[in-house]
Amino acid sequence: MTPQDIRRPENIVAAKPRLLNDNTMHYCPGCSHGVVHKLVAEVIEEMGAEHIAIAIAPVGCAVMAYNYIDIDWIEAAHGRAPAIASAVKRLNPSRLVFTYQGDGDLAAIGTAETIHAANRGENIAIIFINNGIYGMTGGQMAPTTLEGMVTSTTPYGRRVELNGYPLNITDLAARLEGTCYVTRQSVHTAAAIRKAKKAIRKAFENSMNGLGTSLVEIVSTCVSGWKMTPEKANCWMEEHMFEKYPVGDLKNTVEK
Amino acid sequence: MKGNEAIAHAAVRYGVDGYFGYPITPQSEILETLEELMPWQTTGMVVLQAESEIAAINMVYGGAATGKACMTSSSSPGVSLKQEGISYIAAGELPALIINCMRGGPGLGTIQPSQADYFQATKGGGHGDYHLIVLAPASVQEMADFVGLGFDLAYQYRNPVMMLADGVIGQMMEKVTLPPMRPRRTDEEIALQCPWAVTGCPSTRKPNIMTTLELDPALMEKHNIHLQEKYDLIKANETRYEEHLTDDCEYLIVAFGCVARICQKAMEEARAEGIKVGLLRPITLWPFPSAEIERLSHQVKGILVVELNAGQMIEDVRLSFNGDTPVHHFGRMGGIVMDPDEVFVALKEKFQL
Repeated sequence: MTPQDIRRPENIVAAKPRLLNDNTMHYCPGCSHGVVHKLVAEVIEEMGAEHIAIAIAPVGCAVMAYNYIDIDWIEAAHGRAPAIASAVKRLNPSRLVFTYQGDGDLAAIGTAETIHAANRGENIAIIFINNGIYGMTGGQMAPTTLEGMVTSTTPYGRRVELNGYPLNITDLAARLEGTCYVTRQSVHTAAAIRKAKKAIRKAFENSMNGLGTSLVEIVSTCVSGWKMTPEKANCWMEEHMFEKYPVGDLKNTVEK
Repeated sequence: MKGNEAIAHAAVRYGVDGYFGYPITPQSEILETLEELMPWQTTGMVVLQAESEIAAINMVYGGAATGKACMTSSSSPGVSLKQEGISYIAAGELPALIINCMRGGPGLGTIQPSQADYFQATKGGGHGDYHLIVLAPASVQEMADFVGLGFDLAYQYRNPVMMLADGVIGQMMEKVTLPPMRPRRTDEEIALQCPWAVTGCPSTRKPNIMTTLELDPALMEKHNIHLQEKYDLIKANETRYEEHLTDDCEYLIVAFGCVARICQKAMEEARAEGIKVGLLRPITLWPFPSAEIERLSHQVKGILVVELNAGQMIEDVRLSFNGDTPVHHFGRMGGIVMDPDEVFVALKEKFQL
């Protein structure tokens, strides 16, 4: 098989989704964002929803997500994405509206917006990247930072008597009557990636079917913030993050 | 009807797409009236009580980004909370209407009327170099009329507009002629009017991205220069004011909102005693009618600026001209509203008449 043959459409076995453009990503090698971006782009493409998708980007590492996925985007102020998405969906009910947020954005500065959008049962999907740290600003403590975890603002480890407990906001969201689908996934293995993609698809379909708020948490790594190699970060996530944030569905009122 | 109720009716009649608010005295009647009118059953207007003023202004930002005509209202402490969102809306050049029915501050202050948010409204309020177009209604009729005017200006210049009202005008009942009903714009009309709107990307165009982030300082400065050029255009075209008996006046009172109504009475009292007083009421507080004040400064012996604050608009009056015409301030604060006699006495005292 010549290189030309390999490039023929019928011989391609894996390809970048069309909506994911060629801009160089600013994400660190080994970061989970790149994989989740690919999944989001794939799901929108497979649903044929590129012309109706409106995404809300956060403040944090994904602040420039709009540079990578070729759909319409609104860049939110820090934490406000669920409020913005609420208005966008109510004013444009035929659109697929979702937010893409990190733990600082969603579970610290935007806690009120997150809880109330979910409690109102807004027909939006929330993609929640939880890597337990503020990546963009250089590795400070996040609301989801684990007890004892070292960050630049907890140089001796997170101490509950000083900083309180890691906030499991996905558990909280699952208890709200407005949410229809709340799940926790990861993207550190091929199998996990497949499951995460299915979860994102379900969340997007729920949004379009007007069933309430869907929240997909992706337990993620931050190789730079955690100061680990990608392999080590994946192992550390399995050993430590999954204990506090176990993967699996927390709520699914759509599929009984 | 009350000024606040007039705003609600005018919003439905103008064809506003979305109202997002949070209760706070003395403007809660706007949200209450809209909920009572149930416009989602008639015009399709969305009305939502948000969890906070911060959420409400961000709902306006999101809705406006999709090209929809969106508004919010609050009173002073709530408007302080909205400042983050207002800065984003100004930066993103989104059309929107924000109503501040002012009450006394600082802090939680009082629920009584005030004009102490003049600086906040006219000088920016949030972070960054930006301006809102600021309309100051002085009657219930103007509360209704400025909804439409506000949105028209907001869309013409792609700039947020603030209606800076106060607790007097919000709560006062007067006769009002409501504007005619007009339909909300269709999605096709919005796409034509707002090619920048985030609506879902058809294959016929590139993605629309509403962002206020630009990490390249050269591009960020370029955006700032563009904003300043737009503000110069607004200054040139949209400065509005009203004058009473200024043709022959020897003393000029400058006042806005409900205070202009009080000063009109004070002016009549002064005229009855043979003191030639005129009144200039800025209708736009930004842009400010500096050129007209400069012109009158050559004619009059003194200018009295009357406000429900410690002296805020007086700075813009003083900046309007370089001459030595004396400018004095008379104000009441913290929810106290002056009566016409007080203004007349102040005028005589300040200028030793």
